[in-house]
Amino acid sequence: MNKNKEQLLNKRYRAERRFRLYGQSAIFMALLFLTIFIFKIFSTGYTAFQKTWLIVPVNFDAEMMMIDQNPSKEDLQDADYYDIALKSMADLDQNANDDQKNQLKRMVSYFFEKEIKNEILNDPSLIGKTKEVYLTASDDLDQVFKGNYPRDLPEDQRRVSDYQLKIFDQLVAKGKVESKFNISFFTYADSREAELAGIASSFMGSIFSILVCLMIAFPVAVLAAIYLEEFAPKNRFTDFIEVNINNLAAVPSIVFGLLGLGVLLAIFHLPRSTPLVGGITLSLMTLPTIIIAARASLKAVPPSIREAALAMGASRMQTTMHHTVPLSMPGTLSGTIIGLAQALGETAPLILIGMVAFVNTIPGSPMDPAASLPVQIYIWAESAERGFVEKVSACIMVLLGFLIIMNLFAQIIRHKFEKKWS
Amino acid sequence: MNLILFTFIVLLGFTSYYFGRKKAYTIQSTKKRLTALPQFYGYYLAIWCAIPAFIIFSLWAIFEPTIVKLLVLSDYSNQGYLDDELNLIYEKTKALSRGQFTGEITPFIEASAEKYLSLRSIAQSSKAVIVLSIIIASVAYAYKRISSNSRTREPVEKFLNAVLFTASLAAILTTVGIVFSLIFQTIDFFKVIPLFDFVFGTHWYPAKAFVRDSSEALDPTMYSDTFGAVPIFAGTFFIAFIAMCVAIPIGLMSGIYLAEYASTKVRQYAKPLIEILAGIPTVVYGFFAALTVGPFLKELGTSMGLEVSAESALAAGGVMGIMIIPFISSLSDDVITSVPQSLRDGSYAMGATKSETIKRVVFPAALPGIVGSILLGVSRAIGETMIVVMASGLAANLTFNPLESTSTITAQIVVILIGDQAFGDPKTQAAFALGMSLFLVTLCLNIVALRVVKKYREKYE
Repeated sequence: MNKNKEQLLNKRYRAERRFRLYGQSAIFMALLFLTIFIFKIFSTGYTAFQKTWLIVPVNFDAEMMMIDQNPSKEDLQDADYYDIALKSMADLDQNANDDQKNQLKRMVSYFFEKEIKNEILNDPSLIGKTKEVYLTASDDLDQVFKGNYPRDLPEDQRRVSDYQLKIFDQLVAKGKVESKFNISFFTYADSREAELAGIASSFMGSIFSILVCLMIAFPVAVLAAIYLEEFAPKNRFTDFIEVNINNLAAVPSIVFGLLGLGVLLAIFHLPRSTPLVGGITLSLMTLPTIIIAARASLKAVPPSIREAALAMGASRMQTTMHHTVPLSMPGTLSGTIIGLAQALGETAPLILIGMVAFVNTIPGSPMDPAASLPVQIYIWAESAERGFVEKVSACIMVLLGFLIIMNLFAQIIRHKFEKKWS
Repeated sequence: MNLILFTFIVLLGFTSYYFGRKKAYTIQSTKKRLTALPQFYGYYLAIWCAIPAFIIFSLWAIFEPTIVKLLVLSDYSNQGYLDDELNLIYEKTKALSRGQFTGEITPFIEASAEKYLSLRSIAQSSKAVIVLSIIIASVAYAYKRISSNSRTREPVEKFLNAVLFTASLAAILTTVGIVFSLIFQTIDFFKVIPLFDFVFGTHWYPAKAFVRDSSEALDPTMYSDTFGAVPIFAGTFFIAFIAMCVAIPIGLMSGIYLAEYASTKVRQYAKPLIEILAGIPTVVYGFFAALTVGPFLKELGTSMGLEVSAESALAAGGVMGIMIIPFISSLSDDVITSVPQSLRDGSYAMGATKSETIKRVVFPAALPGIVGSILLGVSRAIGETMIVVMASGLAANLTFNPLESTSTITAQIVVILIGDQAFGDPKTQAAFALGMSLFLVTLCLNIVALRVVKKYREKYE
């Protein structure tokens, strides 16, 4: 009998330990997912911050460029660079046949003509001389150099030919291939060619959308929160507004995209694919988030403040505007930043209002068509080329970086400026 | 022109503020008692200066194009043109007046382009004149009121109150906007496709419904068996189910552990770390699911002799589950911590172990709140878009095999609406009908979940 009791007790203790273990493993699993996730993104993405250059000797032959020996700036602008560019690539292998020459040309990006042109525009004295010029390698060779490319595939299954690899290996052996920090990733717009694609256009698109979103959502949300928290009479109508706000906060984001499409584009005829429409759509989405945060921080201001102001003869509006609202601002601001961070990562509504169009120019205003960072991730993730995989991860890293900075900022505002009432 | 007028009004508003305040000081210097602080005199004048002008200004901006269009097209009114043709003529006229018209210029269009330009310039100058006279009239009125030292604080505060109230209507307007944008397209859709076919049909091939020529008569039989939404709804709930299979055990157990077992130190670090999962944009999860999890599952399946689609429902649902973990863990953590300590103490006093207390006392007490948090998680899973678009299939298969690909409401909306849309085409309208059903389903879930959580909170607070 006694033994039975002990057994029962041991069983119960074992169950206790098991339960505890379930809890620990659940936490462990969640954190494991997070780690795998971050690790995967960083391990595929960090290479995108390097770009491979081929160093190719270029003979700036005036005759081939169709200019005279002392050309003016305009002459240099209009000169023909294609032939010398082609020739410098062909010269990498003296005995190349026509097909091989063509392959040599495809070892660099189609920008090579312009890169050579920039070289001579910077230094016109190069005419007639030979200089080694840095040319952007094609995205496949870029991946080969970074070791991401399966070289052992049969030749007909990869986009780099054996001949190109041979020449490339020769160049590597001669030290004529260099990897440098990829500035163009941050300064170029989107492109169909992975080696030339950058995030500048989508970055500006994101900035413009967020600014539009901030300019609309912040004032409206703060005013609405002030009304609901400080002035609204308690009746059916204000209850209805509250229910509305709570529900809007949980409506799927894609529904806001349909709203943007059905109302902003179809009825108001605002320009498609622009950060203006994107920002308005996002502002409707962040509105409830900011209202809820602003109300919470207005509620946190102790009534004694209001009572003191009222006792000094201030009107209710003066009490609110001069005392309550300024004291609630840190909480409101950090809520706003968190809402904007959510909006920054939002993709689906922007796709519906057409911000997924291919844009290869950098937008200069919210009225120009643009993509946004998350949409750029989507566009690149959908394209088949190998070179885009690391770009997607790098773009994710940039986006996550911004989100982390924004959230940190929100934390700092909250901890530094928020008054603790006790 | 509009910008100049706008800046002008704003500048005038600021000037009148200083002017009004100065007037208050002058009144004060005559030893009269002011009825409000001097700045209220300024606000009063500024509001009277700017607001009526802005109202006229915006009304003008809204109605001017319509009126100009009516006037230009009145020349054509008796010639039996159709509405579409008239619109085309008007577009041509506008293009010609901007000098961007390429094509044959008929004398008619040239005449109306001239008319258009003259109307526009008349409209511009009369707008400026009217706005300015409104400003003068209202400022004169307000100035008179200030000079006679009548009340200024009350009207200013009333005005501010009205502004605040208007802002609080934004939430209602958004909801109205959502319903409005969805309902008309949905009604049009159900005019062509019977509701019965949509709800009970089992074939979904929207690509079959190509854009109809507007002159062609509407032929509903063309669309029969095209817009049956059963596979879509089934796929949506199936993927949400898989997601919840991942999210509920992990989320709930971590919530319980954080609330009941974890030391403050573990809690302090683990809770924000888990919440990072909620802050990662969904497109990033989508990329992860499509590029890492999908191929991994496929390889795993092949090595076990199973045929796994690279876009399996399992990959999308599993990753979606990871995304939902923090929603469930945070909410259930909150709910469990708000269960009164006396309940636990009672259970311990009867000799129960900690896990027995949790399972038999705390959990049942917290159940309504936990159910609420799970419902919110389900609503999120149903409305989630990017993961499904990127990681699950785009063709709607009616299947309950997690290794095959299937599609969801949100994915179909994106597939249909990406690129150019033609409004009035059943295919586009189908997307709005799907959006409507999504909105209704999530709305019901949210209302129930919020109710349940609120009821629960009231019970213990």
